[in-house]
Amino acid sequence: MSEPINLSRRGLIRGLGTGAALAAAPAWARGANLSEQATGLIRAGFDEVRGPVIDLSVGAGMRMVQGRRGRGVAVNGSVPGPLVRLREGQNIRLNVTNHLDEDTSIHWHGLLLPFQFDGVPGVSFPGIKPHQTFTYEFPVRQSGTYWYHSHSGLQEQSGHYGPLIIDPVAGEPVRTDRDYILLLSEFTPLHPKFIMQRLRTGEHYFNRQLPSWTDKYPMIGEERRMWAQMRMSPTDIADVSAPTYTYLANGRGPKEGMEYLFTPGEKVRLRLINGGAMTYFNVRIPGLAMTVIAADGQNVRPVEVDELQIAVGETYDVVVEPRGEEAYAIVCESMDRSGMALAMLASRPGARAPVPALREPPLLTMADMGMNHGPSDGCQAGTDHGGMDHGGMDHSAMGHAGMDHGAGKAGTGDGGQAAPKGASGHSMKGMPMRDISLLPPDVAIGPGLDMVSMAPVDKLGDPGLGLRDVKHRVLNYRMLSALEPNADTREPSRLLEIHLTGNMERYMWSFDGRMFDAVSDVPIRFAWKERVRVKLVNNTMMAHPIHLHGMFFELVNGQPPAHQPRKNIVTVQPGASATFDLTANEPGDWAFHCHLLYHMHGGMMQIVTVMGPGDKP
Amino acid sequence: MSRPALAALALIGSALASAPGLAQDHSGPGHDHGAKVPPREAAPPAPAQPQVDDGEDTAPQSGGNEISPGPTMETPPPPEAGSGPPRAADAIWGADVMAAERHREHAAHGDFPVLWVQADRLEAQVRDGADGYLWDLQVYYGGPTSRFWFKSEGEGAFGEKIEQAEVQVLWSGAVAPYWDLQLGLRQDIAGPDTTHAVIGVQGLAPYMFEVDAALFISHRGDVTARVEAEIDQRITQRLILQPRVEAGFSLQDIPQLGIGAGLDKVELGLRLRYEITREFAPYIGVEQSWRVGGSADYARAAGEKTRATSFVAGLRFWF
Repeated sequence: MSEPINLSRRGLIRGLGTGAALAAAPAWARGANLSEQATGLIRAGFDEVRGPVIDLSVGAGMRMVQGRRGRGVAVNGSVPGPLVRLREGQNIRLNVTNHLDEDTSIHWHGLLLPFQFDGVPGVSFPGIKPHQTFTYEFPVRQSGTYWYHSHSGLQEQSGHYGPLIIDPVAGEPVRTDRDYILLLSEFTPLHPKFIMQRLRTGEHYFNRQLPSWTDKYPMIGEERRMWAQMRMSPTDIADVSAPTYTYLANGRGPKEGMEYLFTPGEKVRLRLINGGAMTYFNVRIPGLAMTVIAADGQNVRPVEVDELQIAVGETYDVVVEPRGEEAYAIVCESMDRSGMALAMLASRPGARAPVPALREPPLLTMADMGMNHGPSDGCQAGTDHGGMDHGGMDHSAMGHAGMDHGAGKAGTGDGGQAAPKGASGHSMKGMPMRDISLLPPDVAIGPGLDMVSMAPVDKLGDPGLGLRDVKHRVLNYRMLSALEPNADTREPSRLLEIHLTGNMERYMWSFDGRMFDAVSDVPIRFAWKERVRVKLVNNTMMAHPIHLHGMFFELVNGQPPAHQPRKNIVTVQPGASATFDLTANEPGDWAFHCHLLYHMHGGMMQIVTVMGPGDKP
Repeated sequence: MSRPALAALALIGSALASAPGLAQDHSGPGHDHGAKVPPREAAPPAPAQPQVDDGEDTAPQSGGNEISPGPTMETPPPPEAGSGPPRAADAIWGADVMAAERHREHAAHGDFPVLWVQADRLEAQVRDGADGYLWDLQVYYGGPTSRFWFKSEGEGAFGEKIEQAEVQVLWSGAVAPYWDLQLGLRQDIAGPDTTHAVIGVQGLAPYMFEVDAALFISHRGDVTARVEAEIDQRITQRLILQPRVEAGFSLQDIPQLGIGAGLDKVELGLRLRYEITREFAPYIGVEQSWRVGGSADYARAAGEKTRATSFVAGLRFWF
C-alpha cells in the first residue's frame, strides 16, 4: 500500500516539516530505501525536495514493476524522481549531477526561465557530461503544476522524470483539504533504443490490436479494403502500447496498490501529470465528477467533467469531492485501450472500489484523415472566429477530393454522427489522400509525407480519440478559459502555418515535410514581443501533442482573447488543425516538438528563435 | 510486371479482407454538436463552477475583448525577427562546445541509421522427386530514405549441388512515400558465373502488397526481370496467412541458363506462419511452380519437369 505525499498545508505540517532539503519521506519510501542499496533497485514513487538549493542526481539501476525487470534511469534513486517543490518568487539553484556513463539533462517543462537553463542539449546548453554537475539557476516567476524530464537520448522512457510544483504567493484560488500528485507514465523492460529501432523497421511491431479475420471491430469488408488500399491501419492509435508497456501511477503498476486517502466530504485536489513517453491517457473516476481548475499549470475557470484525455506532457489539476463510497477507482486507460494505470481514492487504507474493464479499442475514421463534412465543431470554430480561414472552404476542398458521397450531404446538417457513417459506407475510389496541391509552397514534398489532410478543420472541441461518443461529459480545449486575464490581448500581426507531416511506414515525422536534422539550422523566427497566430495543420492520422518550450501560448478556442487558455502543449487531432496565439517575449532558442518521444526522435522537432530586445537582426 | 498474377492475388486478398466484415459502424467523431453557438459576450460573470454542457463554450466573460478574426494569410516574419541559424547558446556556453553537441543531438532527431536483417523464407521443400531447401535473406542499413541493401536467394536439392544462388548489393533511395528505387549488382554464385546490373523498385503497393521488382542486365548483355509480391493476411494477432507470387521474365533466349524469351517461370505460394514473437515465426505452406513457354521447352529437352508442387516448412525471422 502506498500513500503518496499530501501536498496540502495540513499534510505538509503533519508529514514534511519545513525547509529541509530532503523532506521526510513517507514510510513506504523509507522502507524501500534500504533494500535499494542492497539490490541496486530503483524505488517506485517519490520524495520531496525544496529550499533555495536543491541537489539532484541522475543514476542508472534496475526497475521492477509487477515482476518485470528493466534497466532504468532515475533521479535521486526513484522513478518518478523527487517532487521539486518551489515557491513563486524565490530564486532556485538546482545542482544536477550525472552518474550515468552517457550525457544527461533536465528540462523544466513549462517553466519560464532564461533559455540557457531550459535543458535541451544542442539547443540551450551543451548537456551534462558523465560524472559532472551542472547548476541551473533562475528566479521562479510563476506557480502551478509542472514536471521535469531528461531531454537527452531516450532517457525519459527509462524513468528520468518527476513532478514539479510551485506554490503561489497569493494563495490558491481553490481551497482543498488534500492535495495529491498523480503522475502517469509507462514502464517497459525493453531498451528505448530497441523500441526506436523496431518502430523504424517493423511496422505495427507493438500493436496487438491489429485488424484481423477474427477481430470484433465494427467494420464492414468495404471499410477494411479501403484501409488496406490506403496502406493505413485504423488501429494506428498508439505506436507503443501494452503489453510492451505497463502503465504507471506515480511509478506503480495497476496491481501495485497506489492509493490516496480521503475523509468523506473533503475536497481533494489531484494534480494530473502525463509524464509518459508515448501514451495519451483517458482519466475518469467512476462515481465522481472532476472539476478542472488548472491546465498546464495555469488556472482556468473551474469546469466540471466526468472524463478527460491528457496528452503526453500535459498537466491538469482537478478537484474531486469523494463521499458516499469507501473507495473510488481512478481509471487511466491508454488511448488505444490496451491497458490502464490505476490508483484508488480510499477512505481507509486498503479500501478498494471495483475497477471497470477496459473499453473497446477505438478506431480511426475518415474524419481523422481530414475528410470532414457536416457541421463538425471545427466548422463552428471557423465561424466563431469570423471565418478564421476555413468555414466556407471545406466543402470546395472536398469536392476537389472527389469523394463519392457528394457535397450535398455535407451541407445538410444531418448531425456529426451521420457523417462518418456515410463516409465509411462509401467507396474511397479516386480519393487522393496525398493531394500535394492542397499544401502551401513552404512544405517540402518528398517520401517523408504520406498523406495530406483534405480539408483540415479546427478541432479544439474534439475530446479525443475514443471519447467522441461516450455518454458522459468529457473535457475538450474549448471548455478551457483562463482564470486570470491574459496580459497581452493584441491582435496577432501575422499568421504562421506549420504542417505536421509524416510517413508511418518509414516512421519519419516532421514539420513542413522536413525532419529536425534537415532544419536544425533553420529556426522558426519571431521578433521581440511579436504577437503571432500559429496554426498547426495535422497531415497525419495520429494525434500529436505539440510542445513549445519557454513560453505559454493561448489557444484560439473561441474564448475572448483575455481568457484564451494559456498552455504549453496542444494536441492537434488527426487530419485537423489547432491554432494558438503567441507573444514572443522570452528571448533565446527554444525547442518546439511533438512530445511523443519517438516522434520527436523521428524528426518532429524544430527550434524557435525569439530575438531579444537588444539583439540586432 | 505480371499483371494477371498480381490481379489474381489482389482478388484473393480483397476477398479475404472482406470475410470478417460486420455491418456495424463503431467509428465516428461523434462529439459534434448541432448548430453553432456564438460566444455569449453579454453573459453574466461566471459562477465558481460554470455550466458544462456540450463544450462549445463556457460562458466567456467579455472583459472588454472582442474576438477578432485575426490574420488569415500567412506572411513571412518581419526583418526584426532576424536571420541565420539559431546560435543563442554560443554566447553563453561557447561556440566550440555547442557545435559538437549540436551536431550530435541534431543527427539523432530524424535521419539516423538502423540495421534490419530478415530471413523471409528459410525452408525445406518436400516434393515428388528430390526434396530441397530454399533461403531468401534481406539486410539493410541506413536512414529512412537512403539505405544499403544486401539480398541473397538460393535453392537446391538435398545431397546435390546448389541449384541456383545469388547475392545482391544495392543502394536504395526513396522515390515516393512507399517506394524505393534500388540500384546495384547481382552475382550468381551457383551455375554459370554471371554478374548483373540491377535496377529495381521495392515497396508497399495499395492493399498492402509487398512488392519487389527488378530488371537485370547480365555482363553477357542478357536482360531478365523478376517480380515478387506477397501480402500478410492476419487471421489472429499471431497467425498469419501469406499468399505469395513470383514471376520471371526474359527478353531473349538464354540457352546456357535454360531460359526462353518471354514469361519464364511462375511460382504461387501460400504460407501459414505463427508469430511466437513478432521476429520469430515458423511456418508451413504449399508452393506450386511452373516453367512456361520457351523455358518449359528447355526443361523438357533436359528431361526436367515443367511443374512442381512442394510442401514447405520453414522459419521466418528478423531483427
